[in-house]
Amino acid sequence: MTAAHQITAGFMPLFDSAVLVAAGEMGFAAREGVELKLQRETSWANIRDRIAIGHFDVAHMLGPMPLACSLGLTPIASETIVPFSLGLGGNCITVSNTVWDGMAAHGAEPDLDPARAGAALGALIRERVGAAREPLRFAVVHPHSGHNYELRYWLAACGIDPDRDIEIVIVPPPFMADALAAGRIDGYCVGEPWNSAAVAAGTGHIVTVKALLWRNSPEKVIGVRKVWAEQNPQALAALLRALHHSARWCQDPTNRTELAELMADARFLGQKPAVQMPVLSGHLALGGGAERAIEDFFVPFDKAANFPWKSHALWFYTQMVRWGQLPHTPQNLAIARDCYRPDLYRSALKPLGVALPGANAKVEGALKAATPVGSAGASLVLGPDGFFDGQIFDPDQIEAYIAGQKHA
Amino acid sequence: MVHSSLAVLVIDENRIRASIIEAGLREAGHERVTVIHDVAGIARRIAEIEPDVIVIDLENPNRDMLENMFQLSRAVKRPIAMFVDRSDQASIEAAVEAGVSAYVVDGLRQERVKPILDMAVSRFNAFSRMARELEEARSELENRKVIDRAKGILMKSRGLSEEAAYTLLRKTAMNQNRKISEIAQSLVTAAGLLGPLEGE
Repeated sequence: MTAAHQITAGFMPLFDSAVLVAAGEMGFAAREGVELKLQRETSWANIRDRIAIGHFDVAHMLGPMPLACSLGLTPIASETIVPFSLGLGGNCITVSNTVWDGMAAHGAEPDLDPARAGAALGALIRERVGAAREPLRFAVVHPHSGHNYELRYWLAACGIDPDRDIEIVIVPPPFMADALAAGRIDGYCVGEPWNSAAVAAGTGHIVTVKALLWRNSPEKVIGVRKVWAEQNPQALAALLRALHHSARWCQDPTNRTELAELMADARFLGQKPAVQMPVLSGHLALGGGAERAIEDFFVPFDKAANFPWKSHALWFYTQMVRWGQLPHTPQNLAIARDCYRPDLYRSALKPLGVALPGANAKVEGALKAATPVGSAGASLVLGPDGFFDGQIFDPDQIEAYIAGQKHA
Repeated sequence: MVHSSLAVLVIDENRIRASIIEAGLREAGHERVTVIHDVAGIARRIAEIEPDVIVIDLENPNRDMLENMFQLSRAVKRPIAMFVDRSDQASIEAAVEAGVSAYVVDGLRQERVKPILDMAVSRFNAFSRMARELEEARSELENRKVIDRAKGILMKSRGLSEEAAYTLLRKTAMNQNRKISEIAQSLVTAAGLLGPLEGE
């Protein structure tokens, strides 16, 4: 018997593809009548190009990437929409042992505090300028990635100009630890397990994490070719329900061992199950024997983690404008606003009777503690969502936010 | 000739495929072709070569890095775009299917570049065909080796001539509706289990 819907999905070997992978491998898709064909890719450019030309119906994507596709920032512009988020958090910023020693000499402590680490890095950079040494080189995974924007946000908030004071290059996630060990880069921002991999190899130190830069902040999403979504609404709704059940399973601590083993498979990450445990438990080894437990390090389901908030898309948009990738125009803003599709998420999950937010956007950084919010269905609690520098992003005040953005 | 004025950079870790693409480009009249297998230090090479066209293997995991570099590089001041017309889905699909993606500096007219992609795609297909034929030839050779060994076993244990041994193998294969190489493999395996009959 063949499934009612056949869906081809691309993914990159990163832990935050887990909800998509488990949907296919643990039977959640099949239960919704979906035959999910998973295809591993080697670059984000491939994911983007293959979804644009119809090889993939949906894909594991960087949160800002569908915006970049729809805004025409990519070689093949294509309308790509986001009806589902694959989770919150999960990234770290890691530096070489040499840079860590230099930061420690300027007051850095192995406590992941972004402000303290940033101040120490700034002092190290000024010291290097005084000694006429080359600028430090940091890597991110893609220009249109949460990694690029959170690294830049952190640096700028700590008085470091990411375009003038350091160099930012692109390196594929699985190559990060090797590039750091070989001295080709001095630091990087990437998702797990590629930070813990450098710590395990003894070549890197984790200095801070996404969850402390912006708590419960958006990361990967499900990108969907808009034309396909319009032609296959039932298939998409079935997939979203499968992803919902899969995300709930991934969040459950009793499934951690099974999930770590699944993701360790050579078809997915090809890294030992033990390397997957830090992201699942939020208990990280930082390097040099230091350890730290981080609340909400990676959230695949709880706290409305799968809801495609328009305020998340709009924050990415403000950062594209901030770093010169795009001019701010009413047309561009409208495209960014229409890219994330909470309406599709709601209509697909409504039959399940689960908690659904009543609003499409929220003021980011306003919640200092877990807060119940108005919702349809069961009650819904949002996590605290503060930026580390105390800033607030109100999606109704875009102009003011863009005007107030600094480079350092 | 207009085409020969283009500087083409081919980036491919697969040396055989790269050389076939290079040969195809040269046949098509493109003389300024540079092939790079390793992306280490590529920024400097791009500055030296100043390519008009960059052909890069789609499966290269460094695509994101290269793409970003092309956009930032001072040597290539203008943005880089996939050169196949956006409306031309079939060509893009063909290129992607072939494992070849090609980039060209914005502003270069498509009609000047299209033959390059066509050639790259057809050359890539030729490479795939060659690789397949090579694989077939290799397994053919393996089959012949195992048949020779099976014949040797029959000649020694049954006192048959080479011709008679082969006839016996073929007859058995026909009776069992199997390939001669399969019968030969069974015999070699059985002989191996039964003892040193081959005297090798």
